[in-house]
Amino acid sequence: MASSEMKSLVIDPVMDKNPVTVQSLGICSALAVTTQVAPSLVMAIAVTVVIACSNAVISSIRNLIPSKIRIIVQLVVVATMVILVDQVLKAYAYNVSKSLSVFVGLIITNCIVMGRLEAFAMHQPVGKSFLDGIASGIGYGWVIVLVGFCRELLGSGKVLGVQVVPDALYDIGYTNNGLMVLAPGAFLLLGTIIWIQRTINDSLQEKE
Amino acid sequence: MKFLANIFDSQRKHFEKGGKLEVFYPLFEAKETFLFTTPHRTHGGAHIRDAVDSKRFMSTVIVALLPCLIFGIYNIGYQYYAAQGLQADVMNYFCIGMWKALPIILVSYAVGGTWELLFALIRKHEINEGFLVTGLLLPLIVPPNIPLWQLALAVSFGVVIGKEVFGGTGMNIFNPALTARAFLFFAFASDISGSAPWTFLGGDLVMSAKQAVAGWSGATPLAIASEAIKGSSVESLMAFAPGDYSLTNMFIGLIPGSIGETSTLACLVGALILIATGIASARIIISIFLGGAVMGLIFNSVADGSSNAMLAMPFYYHYVMGGFAFGAVFMATDPVSAANTNLGKIIYGFFIGFIAVLIRVVNPAYPEGMMLAILFMNMSAPLIDHYVVQAHIKKRLSRG
Repeated sequence: MASSEMKSLVIDPVMDKNPVTVQSLGICSALAVTTQVAPSLVMAIAVTVVIACSNAVISSIRNLIPSKIRIIVQLVVVATMVILVDQVLKAYAYNVSKSLSVFVGLIITNCIVMGRLEAFAMHQPVGKSFLDGIASGIGYGWVIVLVGFCRELLGSGKVLGVQVVPDALYDIGYTNNGLMVLAPGAFLLLGTIIWIQRTINDSLQEKE
Repeated sequence: MKFLANIFDSQRKHFEKGGKLEVFYPLFEAKETFLFTTPHRTHGGAHIRDAVDSKRFMSTVIVALLPCLIFGIYNIGYQYYAAQGLQADVMNYFCIGMWKALPIILVSYAVGGTWELLFALIRKHEINEGFLVTGLLLPLIVPPNIPLWQLALAVSFGVVIGKEVFGGTGMNIFNPALTARAFLFFAFASDISGSAPWTFLGGDLVMSAKQAVAGWSGATPLAIASEAIKGSSVESLMAFAPGDYSLTNMFIGLIPGSIGETSTLACLVGALILIATGIASARIIISIFLGGAVMGLIFNSVADGSSNAMLAMPFYYHYVMGGFAFGAVFMATDPVSAANTNLGKIIYGFFIGFIAVLIRVVNPAYPEGMMLAILFMNMSAPLIDHYVVQAHIKKRLSRG
């Protein structure tokens, strides 16, 4: 594999072909789980694992799947991975798993997972597919962790559950921003990230 | 005037292309066209040349806002003394009012103006005049006790997210001042709802906090109405509430509320100025009042036996409470975010009034439905216009 190809394979899903900010996929969970950093972080890892493993599995059997039933096969693989992740979370991180509630199960419907399987793993070797899954997961992950960080900091004055806004600031009249706890707060932050990204990188803007 | 013009002429070379201060051309241009007519002329083509550019347009709105502003300042002082069971002369009212209103207006203009300038410099265009109005509208729709840092955040939000994201003045979907107000409402709910924020009672560094008389509540009429319980009529509740909440008094505006929106009378004066100068659409204003009346009458007809006492409230009470009149006259008529076709304006206005009363009566969590109704219809305005135009095209085509 040429190194430039390798580089674009890893960097593109993180930046210029970011699944969330550029392709607008996986928005649902990005709004739902990002009120705090910890669930966002766990969600990011869970999604990364699911994408990477399903990508690898589907890629390894891609030549055996009849194209008419490929979606069903993909779903079975993804569902298996999601259940595995869910069980691991329940066993080792019960509290976070509880706070994520249905959203771990809903990774099955996360468009990024199916999108990468269809667009990439069905045509590429196992190693590359696995790498693509990791990169896509990181692309999704940094966005929701950033959103989660801003929402927790502004909405409850904490980061990872630890209060960082000093009491002195509250005493002189500072209050937490209630909008950040609501779903529109995530929309606004996501929109702002997209705005900044498109301003920095002109090529992402539609030509008039 | 000649003297001022000379200053501008002598300084222009510094700001034009190649000059030392080229970056600051937008700032220079803004000051110059504020004082004089613009030096730019249209090149060719049959343009109508009129003295009214958008800067004059906005200045007229400012003039129309003055009755609300002056009354609002007076009312802050009036409420200050009324809450303590005192009376004072008019000058005292105005002094207390200015003490509270002036910082709010200054912060609004300073912060908003800075953002406008920043975007004008980055995007290399002239400073848009839109903020001239937004900067005064926002102080008029916030409570007098609003913390200034929250106001500064809200102005930033209104200008950046409400307007600049979409491309600046003239491109915004939502009214920037209302966007800022909605931000305040959802972000700092405790500082903008309940009964505390609406009446200034001292407590700043200079003015020591005063004690309100016993039984004084400071609640806005809308809050009182939404808390009315079964069996009591809102009118009787209003009559017995501490403070004067009679229909006449609410019309005049001597009630707790946001700075500039308590007086329906002052809003009507503003409406006359705007309609007479052709700046606001009378269609929108009238259909908003009509929509409110229709929804109010529908509620009246189903009020019997309901636990919601506000259902039975006569519809004209909605006109004088909260920001209904102010929103109808100054917010909904913003030509950028309103519908633009004649039929569209009527539909747009009607549903603003309709939804505002609906939210007020049915959802006690949002006593002020006007803000949400206008924002919602701002969003729907392009769709309304689209269908009105399509229907018109269809009609013309079928005529053959």
